[in-house]
Amino acid sequence: MDRQMMKGNEAIAEAAVQAGCRYFFGYPITPQNEIPEYMSARLPEVGGAFVQAESEVAAINMVYGAAGTGARCMTSSSSPGISLKQEGISYIVGAELPCVIVNMVRGGPGLGSIQPAQSDYYQATRGGGHGDYRMPVFVPNSIQEAVELTQLAFDVADQYRTPCMVLGDGIIGQMMEPVRMPEYHGRKLPAKDWAATGWKNGCGRDRAIINSLYIEPDRCEQHNLKLQRKYDLIAENETMCEQIMMEDAEYAIVAYGTTARIALTAMRKARADGMKVGLIRPITVWPFPTEIISSAAKRVKGILTVEMSLGQMVDDVRLAANGACPVEFYGRTGGMVPGVKEIYQQIQQMDREHRKEEL
Amino acid sequence: MAVFKRPNMLIDVPLHYCPGCTHGIIHRLVAEALDELTEQDKVIGVAPVGCAVFAYNYFNCDMYEAAHGRAPAVATGIKRVQPDKVVFTYQGDGDLASIGAAEIVHAATRGENITVIFVNNAIYGMTGGQMAPTTLLGQKTTTSPLGRSVERNGNPIRVSEMLATLDGPSYIARVSVHDVKNVVAAKKAIKQAFQNQIDGKGFSLVEVLSTCPTNWGLTPKEALNWLTENMIPQYPLGVKKEV
Amino acid sequence: MAKITIDAGRCKGCGLCIDACPKKILKASDKINAKGYHAVECAEPEKCIGCASCYMMCPDCVITVER
Repeated sequence: MDRQMMKGNEAIAEAAVQAGCRYFFGYPITPQNEIPEYMSARLPEVGGAFVQAESEVAAINMVYGAAGTGARCMTSSSSPGISLKQEGISYIVGAELPCVIVNMVRGGPGLGSIQPAQSDYYQATRGGGHGDYRMPVFVPNSIQEAVELTQLAFDVADQYRTPCMVLGDGIIGQMMEPVRMPEYHGRKLPAKDWAATGWKNGCGRDRAIINSLYIEPDRCEQHNLKLQRKYDLIAENETMCEQIMMEDAEYAIVAYGTTARIALTAMRKARADGMKVGLIRPITVWPFPTEIISSAAKRVKGILTVEMSLGQMVDDVRLAANGACPVEFYGRTGGMVPGVKEIYQQIQQMDREHRKEEL
Repeated sequence: MAVFKRPNMLIDVPLHYCPGCTHGIIHRLVAEALDELTEQDKVIGVAPVGCAVFAYNYFNCDMYEAAHGRAPAVATGIKRVQPDKVVFTYQGDGDLASIGAAEIVHAATRGENITVIFVNNAIYGMTGGQMAPTTLLGQKTTTSPLGRSVERNGNPIRVSEMLATLDGPSYIARVSVHDVKNVVAAKKAIKQAFQNQIDGKGFSLVEVLSTCPTNWGLTPKEALNWLTENMIPQYPLGVKKEV
Repeated sequence: MAKITIDAGRCKGCGLCIDACPKKILKASDKINAKGYHAVECAEPEKCIGCASCYMMCPDCVITVER
């Protein structure tokens, strides 16, 4: 298929449809509105259904209902709306249902702003709702990658029976870029013999009970341990990370999504000026590329983490580095985007301080 | 020969409800209606949070357990994927009329083709007898120890009358299960609510007045009398809407 | 002839059937069942008319009536 100019939100929606998503439940909130808008027109064309729910709470519970039948379904929202969905996400995790949730993050807290942010990293990677759980979180840095990761998210969701999040921001959602819509092939996935599709005695499967209630604590613990084994497996198999010019790097920048694109330009500028800087770009932030960062920390003189927040992913970077090298942080928040120059200055400063220490 | 026995759609296990709680009667009526109208593998039910949280252990079909109040949204998701299935929710008054008020109103106004069994016993049972949106004025609960008052607690809500004002629903009725005659009438209404869904008529809801002897602090027999004397005047029985 | 069967082991002794019976032939047992309830029993089964009022009012679905 040829490349075509597409807006991020619309490209994500079309990618989902191509991956077999037939049901969408959502509620308007900026900056993700093009996803429900696109789906409202597109899904009836392919025999699916779109429901504009009365709230984000209702939308995620409609997803719970649809996902329990085994259908590919999704919802999308932005930060305040994702906060509302957390109850439902926790139930979806508990009931082990696959679905995809797109979060075009905006500035917070509260109503915050509508401009791009990464300040919901904790919420996305620590579970967000109540209970002891994780959720795969994909963080595209371009619309092409957003398209690919959205389709991958459906496969990962089905393979492990888990919700997956595609975490972007207003820039990923709103900008237009050339996209080549990939031909969706998909993984070989297990049969959904757990789905509620209508049961009768002797139909060859157990009665489906889509449920997260385990009233006996020992059974609830067993359920949690089962989820944990699943998370271990996901961490082993699904961690994604890009490394750029890290082979000879003396300094590493760690950044994801939109920020990683800006950081890449800053990195190239630093390289042009003779500084040996590389970029580590997590493509999944849960599971986090701990081993890559841990091993890099032993080789470099310092790591700079850049985020559109006041420092959230930097915690994971510091845990991975485990003191092997200094980990600095630079961030803008509330919808402000760090510029190339700002990041470049941070690299320079890190370099200067290191040289001072060496003297 | 006529045989009155546990319907097939009600699994042959003991119910966890307190002695004399009329949830069990309502379960049986739902199961009988489904037995008479459809096939086991055509039905998908949604249990609420509240006393009926374990309803998935009782109804003999694929079942969901929904988050508190969200059953109509969950049922919407199921029905949109599988429009040929008979999808029902079974919800109490705290679940449906308080925390789930938005979900029930919007499922109703969309005319979502589902059947809702709404069990109103004027109290939160599972959590130990707190004031519900349907608690009567003057009724003492663990969070209205002096009796519900308009000044302190506001007024009880009449769900059926409220939903009947909407254009979406095809059938809204309030029934009771305090005696044999009313149980028979309740069965008829529940059957109608399922028949409407099968006929594609859209949203149907049956509000069933029910007892909570344990949290009302009454014997099962006294509870039936209390329902008759106090709840029915506040919540008049009858068909509120029929299209 | 009508026949009433009561699954006494599951009866919670709430007594709703006793009040519903037009023939007043149901009563609470003197003994307690495994759950600790005085389960209902039919004192005069020959008088049962098979109206199923007890079945209608039983919240635990433990009564079967044939007629």
